[in-house]
Amino acid sequence: MAEFDRQLKEHGGAIYGRQRRWFVPRIDYMLLFLLLLLMATGLFVLYSASGRQLGYVYRQAFYMGVGVVAMLAVAQIPTRMLDRWAFVLYFSGLALLVAVIFFGVGAKGAQRWLDLGVFRFQPSEILKVAVPLMLSSYLGKRLLPPRFKYVVGALLMMALPAVMVGLQPDLGTALLIFAAGTFVLFLSGLSARYLLGALAAGLAAVPVFWFYLLRDYQKSRILTLLNPESDKLGAGWNIIQSTTAIGAGGLTGKGWLSGTQSQLDFLPESHTDFVIAVLSEEFGLAGVLFLLLLYLAIVGWGIYISLRAQSMFGRLLAGSITLTFFVYVFVNMGMVSGILPVVGVPLPMVSYGGTAMVTLLLGFGMLMAVSTEERRIAQ
Amino acid sequence: MNEDRALKNPLLEWRLYVGRISFAAAVVLILAGVIVWRYFNLQVTRHEDFATQADNNRIQLRAVAPARGLISDRNGVLLADNRPGFTLSVVIERTGGVEQLLARIDALIGLQEAEIERFHKLAAHRRPHEAIPLRNSLSEQEQSVLAVNEHLLPGMEISARLVRHYPLSAAMAHVVGYTGRISEHELKKIEPGRYHGVHTIGKTGLEKHYEEALLGEVGYEYIETNAHGRVMRVLERTDPVPGKNLRLFLDIRLQEIAMAALGEEKGAVVALETETGGVLALASAPSFDPNLFVTGISHEEYNALIHSPDRPLFDRALRGQYPPGSTVKPVFGLAALDSGVINTDYWIYDPGFYQLKNDKRKYRDWKRGGHGSRIDLYQAIVQSCDTFFYDVGYKLGIDKLNHYGGLFGLGHTTGIDLPGEASGVMPSAEWKQGAMGVIWYPGDTVNASIGQGFVLATPLQLALLSARLATRGEVWSPRVVMPSDAVVADIHRQQISLSGAHWQTVDRAMRGVVHDQRGTASRAVTKLDYTMAGKTGTAQVVGIKQDERYDASKLGKLQLDHALFIAYAPAERPRIAVAVLVENGEHGSSTAAPVARKVIDAYLNLYPERKIEDIAARG
Repeated sequence: MAEFDRQLKEHGGAIYGRQRRWFVPRIDYMLLFLLLLLMATGLFVLYSASGRQLGYVYRQAFYMGVGVVAMLAVAQIPTRMLDRWAFVLYFSGLALLVAVIFFGVGAKGAQRWLDLGVFRFQPSEILKVAVPLMLSSYLGKRLLPPRFKYVVGALLMMALPAVMVGLQPDLGTALLIFAAGTFVLFLSGLSARYLLGALAAGLAAVPVFWFYLLRDYQKSRILTLLNPESDKLGAGWNIIQSTTAIGAGGLTGKGWLSGTQSQLDFLPESHTDFVIAVLSEEFGLAGVLFLLLLYLAIVGWGIYISLRAQSMFGRLLAGSITLTFFVYVFVNMGMVSGILPVVGVPLPMVSYGGTAMVTLLLGFGMLMAVSTEERRIAQ
Repeated sequence: MNEDRALKNPLLEWRLYVGRISFAAAVVLILAGVIVWRYFNLQVTRHEDFATQADNNRIQLRAVAPARGLISDRNGVLLADNRPGFTLSVVIERTGGVEQLLARIDALIGLQEAEIERFHKLAAHRRPHEAIPLRNSLSEQEQSVLAVNEHLLPGMEISARLVRHYPLSAAMAHVVGYTGRISEHELKKIEPGRYHGVHTIGKTGLEKHYEEALLGEVGYEYIETNAHGRVMRVLERTDPVPGKNLRLFLDIRLQEIAMAALGEEKGAVVALETETGGVLALASAPSFDPNLFVTGISHEEYNALIHSPDRPLFDRALRGQYPPGSTVKPVFGLAALDSGVINTDYWIYDPGFYQLKNDKRKYRDWKRGGHGSRIDLYQAIVQSCDTFFYDVGYKLGIDKLNHYGGLFGLGHTTGIDLPGEASGVMPSAEWKQGAMGVIWYPGDTVNASIGQGFVLATPLQLALLSARLATRGEVWSPRVVMPSDAVVADIHRQQISLSGAHWQTVDRAMRGVVHDQRGTASRAVTKLDYTMAGKTGTAQVVGIKQDERYDASKLGKLQLDHALFIAYAPAERPRIAVAVLVENGEHGSSTAAPVARKVIDAYLNLYPERKIEDIAARG
């Protein structure tokens, strides 16, 4: 009995987890620390990138606060619940996307927003979280690798929202949604044959996309990537100015608030999608490597979390969220430095923008939920 | 689904997942490597290029135009200065629609078709965020109207620069000249580096002649601009060196008296200071407002000036070539004495005409019936006897006339520091052969000996001729600008060496023109409190046929004779020499001499003996 009491004291949390007297929040402190460090870095760069406007910094910090609270709230949800209610989130997201078509409001020729009176809201953001959640739930229950019909089912589940978002048109978000779904499929063990087949089909679809689906501005972005000098003052301006800013930074940069490209307005959208150029100019390669290592640490930690997950659902969810996060980083840093076409993908946690920030943190909330789910004693 | 769950093998799934996530992790690392490679390439390998490019982006070298040198009269009265002017331009990127903005500006200040056309032409080749000039010279009123409505005109910019201004307007227009926009023709001649940021150049008058000194040196500044072309700060600056200021010998009071004395008449007045060689007054009437040209004259205004029958743009003092008429008689008198053709005792009987041997043609004296008996050199000059000079001139021959006329500046430019002076004509046999392809006839000599025929001179040349008579042969070029560090004096005085007695003879005769009761100017110039020496002249505009009389009442105003008068004073020690021309003024005595007298009166009044020495000491 004494032995039992001792065991009780030591493993009480595990044995009587659901009957604890005190609520102990489920927090992955490592993930939280890495994210807070990233956000602090982001605010620091944003102050410079916004042209020393504290207003931007305060607003961004506010959204970060909202996002962190949301993340911690989601982290408290048991993974079983996430699994069970995934379809609700997914289908409400789809419904809202349909609503955008009829009631949406637009900006810059794209219809993406729902005006809820109090604030504007972008349903496509929900899908960024809902698609990996739904697919993880759907495939997690299957015998893996998934059979053909489930692959088709999964593909439909991700393609439907991706195409709808892509037609808004919001190529960046569509790409992220599609990527998140693809990662779930890939991690679930989709056989290499399907993957190669999909790749071939994708390549075959390029001309179709080019001639029928891509809008002119999207085409011009791709053409600009191939030859920015062809349109120096138009579409090429962004890329020329951002690569110049990055290159001018050198090894250690010009110093905080001293980047001429960004402070003198040569750099477009310096506080949103192109913020990495500001960091590159002011902190040089050293700053870039620091940020990249921070991102890789988060990715690494996310992979670690996925490996510790108790269920396939948890693994797939954690893995796809983590890999999608890296897609943000790669696409953004790639497009600003001129090796990828300009699509509207923000630099996670650094680019100014509340919606994307909150969505990302919701994803990390799920990651945290997986990270802190109860371990089975026998493992 | 249940079947799936039943068949699920956690261990197999775990292995499957580990395999997949490991592969993904490897791809992540590879992609991260691609990013690192790309940033390393930009930030280390190609750093220099991009750093330069970033600097080129923000740093621009901008020329700072120097302030053009000021021009003032001998007492410091400003004749040309620089005033702030305003340029209206538009930054297209900042407008909410160019056409809309132009329409609004048009409604406020009224734009011309040509302005809008030029604007669009410039706009087609602009850099992003560059300000495109729309109008270069806003009036104060336009500027204030636009400034008040600035909030309605996004993208509009008003910038200040210095604009040349001529406070005295028409009075000095022909002397000072004006500046204007550099033409394409001038662009080929100037050294472009010296004109960076400078948009105007001296077009006429002193502005043109002293362009070098007035221009100054362009300054430069490195400015940091933002992407919109707005200047953020000046990084480095080399100040421009302002142009040198010019101080003239000219006294604006004399100039204005001369202009006023000419009144409505067309004509010219030139007054020279014999001690300094300086130009005291250089008036040509009618004149024009040079300020019109500075910022670009409108077509209507320019056409009005160009086509005016009075030719206000024409500088009669420098470029007007008139037969000098009798004003050359003192020179030919000296020539006759010096070459021994006559002496002071020589006299003729004047029947009112002169005839060459074997020639029926009568060369008439201006006085019908002649001047009578015992007309010697003194009387010939005092009464301006043509017959005497026909005789003397013929005896001298054209070569001698040409030689002595040349000594007194006839047929040569004076070398004044102003552009575009005419040389006049002092004919010779070779000249006639060359210019007209016709041989010289003896009759040509007769005509030339009273300053008619082919002889032409500018009022400036006649003033210089008068000055050479006054100084008894000092040879120098008249100067408008006082020598200073800006202007190196190049007056080397030479001497026409003639016997003192001859000078005295002619001087006495010229005093007689004014003070002898038979003098041609004695009735027009009275009650002088100093001694003046002068000579009247009348230049025929239309030829009078043989046996025909000059009858003013039958001729239109434009066919009337030109009136001329040269003078110097005080005769005992001359300090001022003057020439006056009044177009179609008929008689030198009645219209030209009073003008000269007013100018000389004023000069001697303003500069009593002592004062002039002060100025000479200062200069």
